Amino acid sequence: MIKYIIKRILYAIPILIGVNILTFTLFFVVNSPDEIARLHLGNKRVTQEQIISWNEERGYNNPLFYNNSEIGLKVFKKTIFYEKSFKLFLFDFGLSDSGRDIKYDIKQRMWPSLAIALPSLFVGLFINITFALFFVFFRFTYVDYFGVILCVALMSVSSLFYIIGGQYLISKLLHLVPISGYTQGLDAIKFLILPTIISVIYSIGSGTRWYRSLFLEEIEKDYVKTARSKGLSEVTVLFHHVFRNALIPILTGVVVILPLLFLGSLIVESFFGIPGLGSYTIDAIQSQDFAIVRAMVFLGSILYIFGLILTDISYTLVDPRVSLK
Amino acid sequence: MFVYLLTDIFFYLIIISLLIYILYVRRTPDMLRTWSYVFKNKTGIISIVVLSFFMLIAFFDSIHVKKKILNNDTNQFIYSNDIQSLLDIILLPTYENFEKSYSSPFSSKLYSKETIKLKDGSEKRIYPGLAYKGNHNKYSKNISANLVITAILSLVKSFIIFLFFYLIIFYRTLYERKNNIFYNFKNNNILCITFYILLFIFLLLYDLSTQYYVLGTDKVGVDVLYKSIKSIRTGILIGTLTTIVMLPFAIFLGIFAGFIGGIVDDIIQYIYTTLNSIPSVLLIASAILILQVHMANNPLNFENIYERADLRLFFLCMILGLTSWTGLCRLLRGESMKLREVEFVQASQTFGLNKFSIIIRHIIPNIMHIVIITVVLDFSALVLAEAVLSYVNIGVDPTTYSWGNMINDARLEMSREPVVWWSLFSAFLFMFILVLFANLFADVVRDAFDPRASKKYE
Amino acid sequence: MLKLFKYAFIVLFLLLEGCADKPLNSPYSSLKNKNVFYSSFQERPKHLDPARSYSSNEYAFIAQIYEPLFQYHYLEKPYKLIPLTAERMPVVKYLDKNFVETNKSNNISYTKYIVNIKKGIMYQDHPAFYKKNGQFIYHNLSKNQLKKINSLKDFTHESTRELIAKDYVYQIKRLSDKKNHSPIAGVMQEYIYGFSEYRKKLTDYKDNNYKNNQNYIIDNDIAGIKVINRYSFSIILKKQYPQFIYWLAMPFFSPMPWEADIFYGQEPLKEKNITLNWYPVGTGPFKLTENNPNLRMVLEKNKNFRGEVYPSLLDKINNGKLISKNKDLVVPFIEKAIYSLEKEQIPRWNKFLQGYYDNSGIASDNYDQAVSLDKSGDISLTEDLKDKGIHLATATAASTYYIGFNMLDSVIGGSNDRARLLRQALTIAIDYDEYISIFANGRGILAQSPIPPGIFGYQDGTKEYNHTVFQNKNNLVIKKSIKEAKILLKKAGYKDGIDERTGKPLILYFEATGSGADTYAFLNWLRKQFKKINIQLVTRVTDYNRFQEKMINGTGQIFQWGWNADYPDPENFLFLLYSKNGKVKFGGENASNYSNYEFDKLFLKMKNMENSDNRENIIKEMLKIIQYDCPWIWGFHPKSFSLSHEWFENVESNLMANNTLKYNKINDNIRSEKIKIWNKANFTLMYILLVLLVSFIISVLVMIKKKDEEKVL
Repeated sequence: MIKYIIKRILYAIPILIGVNILTFTLFFVVNSPDEIARLHLGNKRVTQEQIISWNEERGYNNPLFYNNSEIGLKVFKKTIFYEKSFKLFLFDFGLSDSGRDIKYDIKQRMWPSLAIALPSLFVGLFINITFALFFVFFRFTYVDYFGVILCVALMSVSSLFYIIGGQYLISKLLHLVPISGYTQGLDAIKFLILPTIISVIYSIGSGTRWYRSLFLEEIEKDYVKTARSKGLSEVTVLFHHVFRNALIPILTGVVVILPLLFLGSLIVESFFGIPGLGSYTIDAIQSQDFAIVRAMVFLGSILYIFGLILTDISYTLVDPRVSLK
Repeated sequence: MFVYLLTDIFFYLIIISLLIYILYVRRTPDMLRTWSYVFKNKTGIISIVVLSFFMLIAFFDSIHVKKKILNNDTNQFIYSNDIQSLLDIILLPTYENFEKSYSSPFSSKLYSKETIKLKDGSEKRIYPGLAYKGNHNKYSKNISANLVITAILSLVKSFIIFLFFYLIIFYRTLYERKNNIFYNFKNNNILCITFYILLFIFLLLYDLSTQYYVLGTDKVGVDVLYKSIKSIRTGILIGTLTTIVMLPFAIFLGIFAGFIGGIVDDIIQYIYTTLNSIPSVLLIASAILILQVHMANNPLNFENIYERADLRLFFLCMILGLTSWTGLCRLLRGESMKLREVEFVQASQTFGLNKFSIIIRHIIPNIMHIVIITVVLDFSALVLAEAVLSYVNIGVDPTTYSWGNMINDARLEMSREPVVWWSLFSAFLFMFILVLFANLFADVVRDAFDPRASKKYE
Repeated sequence: MLKLFKYAFIVLFLLLEGCADKPLNSPYSSLKNKNVFYSSFQERPKHLDPARSYSSNEYAFIAQIYEPLFQYHYLEKPYKLIPLTAERMPVVKYLDKNFVETNKSNNISYTKYIVNIKKGIMYQDHPAFYKKNGQFIYHNLSKNQLKKINSLKDFTHESTRELIAKDYVYQIKRLSDKKNHSPIAGVMQEYIYGFSEYRKKLTDYKDNNYKNNQNYIIDNDIAGIKVINRYSFSIILKKQYPQFIYWLAMPFFSPMPWEADIFYGQEPLKEKNITLNWYPVGTGPFKLTENNPNLRMVLEKNKNFRGEVYPSLLDKINNGKLISKNKDLVVPFIEKAIYSLEKEQIPRWNKFLQGYYDNSGIASDNYDQAVSLDKSGDISLTEDLKDKGIHLATATAASTYYIGFNMLDSVIGGSNDRARLLRQALTIAIDYDEYISIFANGRGILAQSPIPPGIFGYQDGTKEYNHTVFQNKNNLVIKKSIKEAKILLKKAGYKDGIDERTGKPLILYFEATGSGADTYAFLNWLRKQFKKINIQLVTRVTDYNRFQEKMINGTGQIFQWGWNADYPDPENFLFLLYSKNGKVKFGGENASNYSNYEFDKLFLKMKNMENSDNRENIIKEMLKIIQYDCPWIWGFHPKSFSLSHEWFENVESNLMANNTLKYNKINDNIRSEKIKIWNKANFTLMYILLVLLVSFIISVLVMIKKKDEEKVL
């Protein structure tokens, strides 16, 4: 088991190197630092001196891969690649283009993101599974048929409508919760209710359909038929056999996305003014802060790979028949 | 003079490949049988008609012309800077004139009060009347009577046109080939009814928009209905172009990886796992961000905004394709690995057929169903993604008509008092219809191609 | 039943709220502290270091904290400078080549400012000042000491110190230091004697140790700046530059205690985002106590603030008596100011309407909802907002937007009659009134010249007006007609837009920037304007950088640009047309590269004058020249609106002053009452949903039971 985990982690390294090289090419080779500097300084008359000092301040003045002017190991260390890309492996994200420490900001902003993402995930899970069981219970009848159509309809609405509409109705017309904002501590709940409800509603369409098909697949298996032939009631069959056996794919599906919850939701967070990592990313994109975007890309891929490893492990834990090689 | 924008050319390519595919299906009995399932399905036939209607609009919107203008004073012809599409020319009554600002649907007045100087020199705050529409009831002075008459007239007009089509096209293709398995009697009715309803809606809207702003006007007085219709092209392009552009990559890399195996497999697997491990939103965002900087720093001196906006749309599709490519590639790899072990492939290998012709003859036809299911499923997700990207300002150019841009503008309108709801509503409506039918279509297609997953209703 | 639901909901929400007396949708955790000002900020400020900060959203904070020598009088118009930390306005002396005082105007080579500051001004409490046994204990922090420190609050000891002249001098040295990236270093280099040499000296002295570096700065002086004694210092300028006093009123020239600079320079503090860029140290009425640019910024009253009396105004009607609403009251009134980050416009506007923000600017989209034009053409609030007790303050910004002609262009430029007539015709043809109503939502004033209202020499278009575009008919100044523009065009040799010399139609080029949705509409509009006199306009859209390049190379033809004043003096506008500021030749701000000998001569004369009738006459003369020459199409001066609730008192529109928070007052009785009325929660929808949910669950249960029984049977 431990051997397997170590193997997986080792396997993740070349992938992370790939991500790193990809982002490096994207951010430094496609556009030279000079061009990025010019973009940031765009509003005033840009002199070469300004560009140099802008780059110097952010450490973009070094050569890309090989520094001729240094000696020894510094030949490689005093380069953009080492300073900006390699250091990501050490979780040293450096300063953002606006001069703040990225690691510090990420640590701070992680919690509000989780505060929305976790409740949304679990409430959503509960509701989706309930609905799915309900549809499966009435499978191939009109209840099921219209249920599925309703799910498709819910899926066809852009998330932006749910947010704009929900905010308008609940906060502006009914005055039930604050329109936007966030605060620390227990008081944050009033800010989190609406975004959570909206995320849950948004996930109902696709979620219910997904679990419905999971259950349907399970229900056609032989053991279910046997159980039913034993004269067990449909409810018992559904809960005791179908649901239990479908738990494995459900659990592993959840485990994959768990780490990614840290990244938060881009749109919801920025609409509701919640200072999480999602709105952090959006802000960085809008203000073209490349250092932050770079850091987030790297963090995102680490979390994704971490999620994959977790899934594999959880497979073995839940289902001993799966052996890890 | 015709103008060919980059995305136009690709859109024509899509249409052509669609036609080729249809020809291919008609000649292959297996495929014909699968597709006939889609056509026999009620939901399937309705969504096909609706989607082809949208496609038709997008097609008309993809034929661009520069107009010749006669300069009255010089008697010389010059080409105007404006690029118009065929759709613009058809829809001329809906957009040729701008009002000053917001007006609500079917209204005859602006949405906000203005100070107007009266003839006697005094000033008064009133809702000013609209300059071009809303006050010209064609058939009756009473608005509701006028609406009813317009509706009845469109009903009649559309019926006449429908009959014409019915007799010429439907009759020939549907009834002369009764034994064609594509068609059965029951579905012909549904097909005809859907077609008739769409025709009626189109004619009704057309007639109404010569008299009213059916969906109101926006901040600078542009007809919202016009904007929504123009956005169809953007939506459809993003939904189709994206997958089409990246399809060759996904298919060939996927097949190579699965069929040849070995080190090729390792490399291709490595590439797509790496790409896959970056959360797609971040990948899209950073790629588009970088591209924007690149375009800003190396302006490819475009004389007009259209070409610039068009290029951005094209690149957006490319980048979106980059992220959706990996999933399909992985599926195809798995499938071709399975196929490699199948008897007839093994057999042809022993007969000494070279690998390339095996791929062409045996592998590709047998993985097409996965490709089609993916393309159809991705379509609606991409249309929805466009709106979100535009919200983050990394979507299409702000000058491009798109639902995402409309929603973006609507955020401000929703904070007005009284609320300007119609922009958001129209974007919602159009997007919803397109995505809903695309989703329904995707469901039917999946059922048809993937019998294992098909759960037919009893 | 309904009642039961209601109670259930209220209990539920009460549990969440923990406090019953405030509305459910209140974004604040506690409204107990009455004397708090609530507002929002749109973008997190990038720099709070006064040497660097140069944008209004940053000034909103640091101007309340740092105090330069002078400030703008809050109430007086036109804008007037008064002492802030200075004892009085500076003594200005003119020196000749040998630094000897002189009175002859042709002899002047240098100007010397002598400034005295008030005694006994104290800084806010700050750990950088804290000494133990005569030693600054926080100036040598070790990593160990920093373990528990995450923000400035975590330092246990604080202290203060008196403001001295040296602090101002130190800040000027900081401006010259390259590593501080001050945006005005370039300008100051031109004026302050010894500034550029000092800048070079600092660059040459490169010590990797931060402290050595700072000590070097403390020990070495700029040649032109001398500390005279503890409370006074002098600055020598390389030339005459009366407008320098306006710079001295900007946050760039705030005092900076060297202790703070040393303190914040410590490397381990930077990792915790504790830097001078985020935590200001000032003598002003407020200090920054919470700095979380991701969420909120909180200013609190500075206990050490010396106090300032609310300004009064000389009443011209009542025999020159001083009048003041808040006579003899000491500012600041507000205890605490909470600024919340609010990126989205919808929440910001709605929260303002709900009473959770005390003031708000108007977004263009909320404009016609909020504001209406009344009979006399004045702008006032709509009835809805008036009923809410909201006040409107309007002010015309000290800025101008114009369409410029490149005077180096062979067709449209130059001082020959042909080009001038063409320019005059275009000036008449383009209807900026329409532009203002379409694109600026009416928020602008038609410009007669580059000088905006509120600035000395402004022409309001009634008595004094632009004779090229307007004419006086029956005592009414009205715009000339298109016919007259066509006549001018014919005179220029372009009858009906056809070049008589070549017989081809005249085509002009407009350099446009931006890709916003409005750009497209604007270009269409502009093309229509040119069409009025049969001239074809081709628009070339590029991005801003490329546009800049075209301007620098002088390859553009027609363009639109704007200018925001640095200080309220006509010099700051007229220099935009001074030939020595030509963009192509000198890299200055004269983008149309206008050059006129007469104008230049008058400009140099006007530049160094105090505001007087004589100066006004010269300015009139200058305006006449440019109005005839038309290097620009005089566009408009934008207006800014701001709204505030009735409980937010003492709001005056003053676009030059930034440090106005200290004058504002909050009447919390009205506020809490209104907020309660405006934010009554409405539970109807919740009841309906609940009823639906319950009935749905019941029917589902019934159905399941029924079906299950069927199966079993």
